[in-house]
Amino acid sequence: MNFKITTRNLLVAVLLLMLCALPLFAEKFYVQLFSKILIMGIFAMSLDLLVGYVGLVSLGHAAFFGLAGYCAALLSPQYEAGNFFVSFSAAISICILFALLTGVLALRTKSFYFIMVTLAFAQMIFFIFHDTKIGGGGDGIYIYQKPLLAISGITLLELENFKTFYWFTFGWLIAIYAFLRILLQSHYGHALGGIKVNEHRMRALGYPVFWYKLSAYVIAGSIGGIAGYFNAIQFGFVNPENISWHTSANVLMMVILGGMGSLHGAVFGASVFILLQELISNESMLGSFASHWSLMMGFFIVAVSLFLPNGLTGLFSRGSKK
Amino acid sequence: MSKPVLSARNLTKRFGGLVAVMDVSLDLFKGKVHGVIGTNGAGKSTLTNLLSGDLPPTTGSIFYKGMELFDLPQHRVSRLGIGRSYQKTNIFPAFTVFENVRLAAQALHQRPFQFWKRAGSFADVNQITERAIHAVGLSDKRKIQAFAMSHGEQRQLEIAMCIAGEPEVLLLDEPLAGMGHSEAERMIDLISRLKNDHAIMLIEHDMDAVFSVSDYLTVMVNGQVLESGTPERIRTSDKVQQAYLGYGEDSHV
Ligand SMILES: Nc1ncnc2c1ncn2[C@@H]1O[C@H](COP(=O)(O)OP(=O)(O)O)[C@@H](O)[C@H]1O
Ligand SMILES: [Mg+2]
Repeated sequence: MNFKITTRNLLVAVLLLMLCALPLFAEKFYVQLFSKILIMGIFAMSLDLLVGYVGLVSLGHAAFFGLAGYCAALLSPQYEAGNFFVSFSAAISICILFALLTGVLALRTKSFYFIMVTLAFAQMIFFIFHDTKIGGGGDGIYIYQKPLLAISGITLLELENFKTFYWFTFGWLIAIYAFLRILLQSHYGHALGGIKVNEHRMRALGYPVFWYKLSAYVIAGSIGGIAGYFNAIQFGFVNPENISWHTSANVLMMVILGGMGSLHGAVFGASVFILLQELISNESMLGSFASHWSLMMGFFIVAVSLFLPNGLTGLFSRGSKK
Repeated sequence: MSKPVLSARNLTKRFGGLVAVMDVSLDLFKGKVHGVIGTNGAGKSTLTNLLSGDLPPTTGSIFYKGMELFDLPQHRVSRLGIGRSYQKTNIFPAFTVFENVRLAAQALHQRPFQFWKRAGSFADVNQITERAIHAVGLSDKRKIQAFAMSHGEQRQLEIAMCIAGEPEVLLLDEPLAGMGHSEAERMIDLISRLKNDHAIMLIEHDMDAVFSVSDYLTVMVNGQVLESGTPERIRTSDKVQQAYLGYGEDSHV
């Protein structure tokens, strides 16, 4: 790979440096807000792998987010910090298992039916946590102490520290972005691209389409789980809302906002979504109007979909392409 | 005579009440072109779909090198070495010509676990791709997006994708349809060259082309085999004469 010095690359470098340095100058509130953005950015990228790169629109992606969150909570003892490695690997394993089980069934359907089946599976998980006492029912469950990231007694990272936590999630976002980027440029990624455009021809060419889709679904689910895990430990709280179709719809909106089929678009969409949500639900700024934030968000999404078919990132790439 | 590479025995395909293919048997041999002709709706494309695994037959069996293909998923049939082209162009419109053909070549060498390597970095796949593009005469169009090409060029691309999978059996469903005169000549030339190391089934409306390149012919009417035999035999067959009176003339587009 060769990097040329262009205005665009310079801007990206400056932006990354600023994001990296954010905890050094920003107040705690903003550092935490940006941690949330990074986490939702990871979540949006994971869904974009399905929606934007394989053409599978899921309305149940929150299932992975919530399952991993509950796993983090249930594996955290009440009076001491849990072990990060244990709860993290458990959370991801659960997500892989859930993706395999539901993917085998959901991927037998197409388009509209796939949306409905993924939604139905997520609703099942929602009701399991909502209607039983496993995770505190509708009230949810607290994580009193963030898990300890330590090897044989030596703490590697102090996740309780909001700055460290920010850098930790930032590192994960970069790593996941790089992983997906490389994956999408490989044989595997190109095959996914072919499947998105013309599944029938891919099959005729000799590709086991189902296995490609299932593996992508598992990768997307696991990364969605990583986001859910970090979300849970950041807020120290998990409730069924994390699995609800609102959460699934929100992350889908982030992907659409940013522009489907663009990883940085997904992160950008998540940023805009979270910042806007923060802004228009701020009562000191908008008064009683703030309680209608989802209505305003709705208008915004409709406007973007109507006028920017390639999402917000389409605004920037328009000049460079064609 | 050598053994057939692909043989079909008593294939029947029903779509509800309609019998699209009825009791059809045929053999494809390496080094031979088996032409299939028949009016529109005779069941030629459906027969191709059965042989390629696009559709399962209602009854009947298909043997590849003596092994029965039973309920095999389409991608497995394809990877065994049965390649096909589509009558209705079936490509990846937004991808470049190179990427269309590269995907076809990659199918033989799928390396989903070498995910850190760029798709374009495998020399073997690139070489097969270039060869297939060259064979159909699209070398100077490699970087053009498929949808931006003429209909005839898209047909050429369709064939390039078919041969890039390096199959032993080629099922070509009206490869010349929509091609200009010189493109069609080039394609007939290509088919006669491919014949040496492939078993080919050629469905074609252009009678001159199909009679010139085929070693054996099957004539289909209403899903059934009306007659089969060498081109001379078909040309002089009374049955074919009756069913096809004037057909040869109309079809010269
Ligand atoms: N998938 C399908 N479902 C229902 N009928 C079909 C299908 N495919 C083909 N047919 C019917 O089968 C008959 C044979 O079609 P086809 O194989 O395309 O003929 P040909 O290629 O010889 O023109 C036609 O009557 C066609 O309408
Ligand atoms: Mg046909």
